[in-house]
Amino acid sequence: MDQFIEQIVTGLSIGSILLLVALGLSIIYGSMGIINLAHGEFVMLGAYAAWVFHTYLGLGLLASLVPIFLVVAAFGWVIERYVLSLLNNRPLDTILATWGVGIMLQQAVRLMVGSELRYVQLPPALSNSMDVFGIPVSSYRVFLFVVSIALFGATWLLMNRTTVGMKLRAIIQDRSVAASFGINAKRVYALTFAYGAGLAGLAGALVSPLKSVSPDMGTGYVVDAFMVVVLGGVQSLAGTVASAFILGELSGGIAFLQNDTVAKAIVLLAIVVLIRFRPEGLFTARVRA
Amino acid sequence: MSISRRTLLRNTAALGAFAGAGLPHIWIKNADLAYAAGGEIKVGVLFSLTGTTAIIEESLNKATLLAIEEINAAGGIKGSKIVPIVEDPASDPATFSEKARKLVVGDKCVSVFGSYTSASRKAVLPVFERQNNLYWYPTLYEGRECSKNVIYTGAVPNQQQDEFVPWLVKKFGKKFYLIGSNYIYPKEENNYCKKLLEKLGGEVVAEEYVPLGHSEFSSVINKIRSTQPNVIFSTVVGDSVVALHRQYKAAGLDPEKMPMASLTTSENEVAAMGGEAAAGHFTSAPYFMVHKSPENEKFVEAYKKRWGADKVTHFVSEACYFQTYLFKQAVEKLATSDLTPPNIRDAVKGEAMIAPQGKVQIEPENLHTWLWPKIAQAKSNGQFEILVEAKEWLKPVPYAAYPGQSCTEKGLVEKS
Repeated sequence: MDQFIEQIVTGLSIGSILLLVALGLSIIYGSMGIINLAHGEFVMLGAYAAWVFHTYLGLGLLASLVPIFLVVAAFGWVIERYVLSLLNNRPLDTILATWGVGIMLQQAVRLMVGSELRYVQLPPALSNSMDVFGIPVSSYRVFLFVVSIALFGATWLLMNRTTVGMKLRAIIQDRSVAASFGINAKRVYALTFAYGAGLAGLAGALVSPLKSVSPDMGTGYVVDAFMVVVLGGVQSLAGTVASAFILGELSGGIAFLQNDTVAKAIVLLAIVVLIRFRPEGLFTARVRA
Repeated sequence: MSISRRTLLRNTAALGAFAGAGLPHIWIKNADLAYAAGGEIKVGVLFSLTGTTAIIEESLNKATLLAIEEINAAGGIKGSKIVPIVEDPASDPATFSEKARKLVVGDKCVSVFGSYTSASRKAVLPVFERQNNLYWYPTLYEGRECSKNVIYTGAVPNQQQDEFVPWLVKKFGKKFYLIGSNYIYPKEENNYCKKLLEKLGGEVVAEEYVPLGHSEFSSVINKIRSTQPNVIFSTVVGDSVVALHRQYKAAGLDPEKMPMASLTTSENEVAAMGGEAAAGHFTSAPYFMVHKSPENEKFVEAYKKRWGADKVTHFVSEACYFQTYLFKQAVEKLATSDLTPPNIRDAVKGEAMIAPQGKVQIEPENLHTWLWPKIAQAKSNGQFEILVEAKEWLKPVPYAAYPGQSCTEKGLVEKS
């Protein structure tokens, strides 16, 4: 029984990390229809920002979260404004453009700070473990869980309870009609992309003390994030949450029973099979075409 | 101008005559004068500067270039300068093979220093064997290879484990949890470890492999908790090492009761994971940065001066450094006209020098290296403390896990 609870808790923890990484992608993909292949590089930029703040300014990880969000969001804004919007956000063109941006970001980081692994300190206050249902769990993992839920909550409120969110939803429904009501679609898109990028940056900073920081760390995360978003259903925030935790429990469980190599293969296979029979993903938001 | 058949013939004949006179190495057997042309000896340096393994290979590139610069500053090899031709194979085996061909065939390098992963070494092997050139491989690896065109200066399983595993069993107990990345190196190391454990009456509670680059170890940690091994024997590589150590620490496991014993965790990985995550765990290798010897002090100082005070040296970069000096010693023994890759190979057999780790020597039989095994514990300051130093240097036995086979000067021999 203990082992079962332990495994559920582990799955929640893995799921919360997946959710963190996927949330930004879900916003950008779901609302703008842009397949952002540079998402992993935004995650990487966030991790490097954490390293820079820590090493050069002596700022702890928790203190630097807000500045990291702003820095990476600004980056995202620039890229939307000067690359993607010039391509009129056409899906196919932006795939190629974001891929190129990703490669350039990777190489730029490599040239500027070198390719060795970097170190981001675990916040000392969270470096112990605590009891969750009688199971010892790393405090930092609990913290990540709380943060990912909080970020989801904030994003949901932003989408559904603010004017910007309402405008964005209007644009998703019909861009030209929304524009004729005086909504500045360009501005809303740029803000959305910046917000998504900022979330990715936060995710990178938050996972960096548990994992490692290197110029090509984003590659793995972008694959995970796409799996979550595709499984959950594009345009459905709740779907993203559900699929992140489903994938977390699934890969954690299979990894425990078998091993991580098998888990990775089975999870991928399961997604492929599911997409074959339910191409829209598990959850769909009803949108008038 | 139109070209008639006659002028074409005449020109071709003239060109042929010119080639015969002007480019003698096409015709004359002793063509290898080109290897030391104009007081320059060209060597290839083939470490990834981009891609996944650039994280570590960058430091190998730096250690090799440092040795070459030092040799050139001290007058080169009998007056000839070593000219390094640096290529970036981008962590991709196919690119490794392509760049190796370019260095060997195109640039006519007399030797190439390169590779970190076994996959990349296997990829370039056919190039060096077909061209009969020489590859200098600095990494510890899984053994079970017997090429006449590779000089192996890293440790093979018997040199990392023969002391280490019995020491662990004695100090911590007989229950081992084997964890590695999913490719050939960890599997062969674990294979040898299981053999040693069998002799010692040890027990393997689990043997597990994670995908390369894997960074989520919570399920592994649950399994470690539920099996309660005495030792976690780790051959996880690259950034996974960092993730494993940090998540072990975050989960509140105690290295005093259940230490990780690694063959792959060097100063480089420790710097990335932070001293507090590394502290208390063990590594077995022939070299550690803290090793006390005049040669090592000189090496560490020169490395930091050349590449930056925050840089570390480790057991693969040390091999890069000393193998370049062994190359120099071998070339020194040869007349300039005899400078060919096969001659260098024959000259380096039995060649010895005082490396930062101690005296090393190339074993004539199998072209691997006699090394000094050491066991060290990581400290929270990011350095190791050497606990056990071998009293004798250890002979390389690349087929230690395969009793019927041995690598000799004639090649792989199977005893029936």
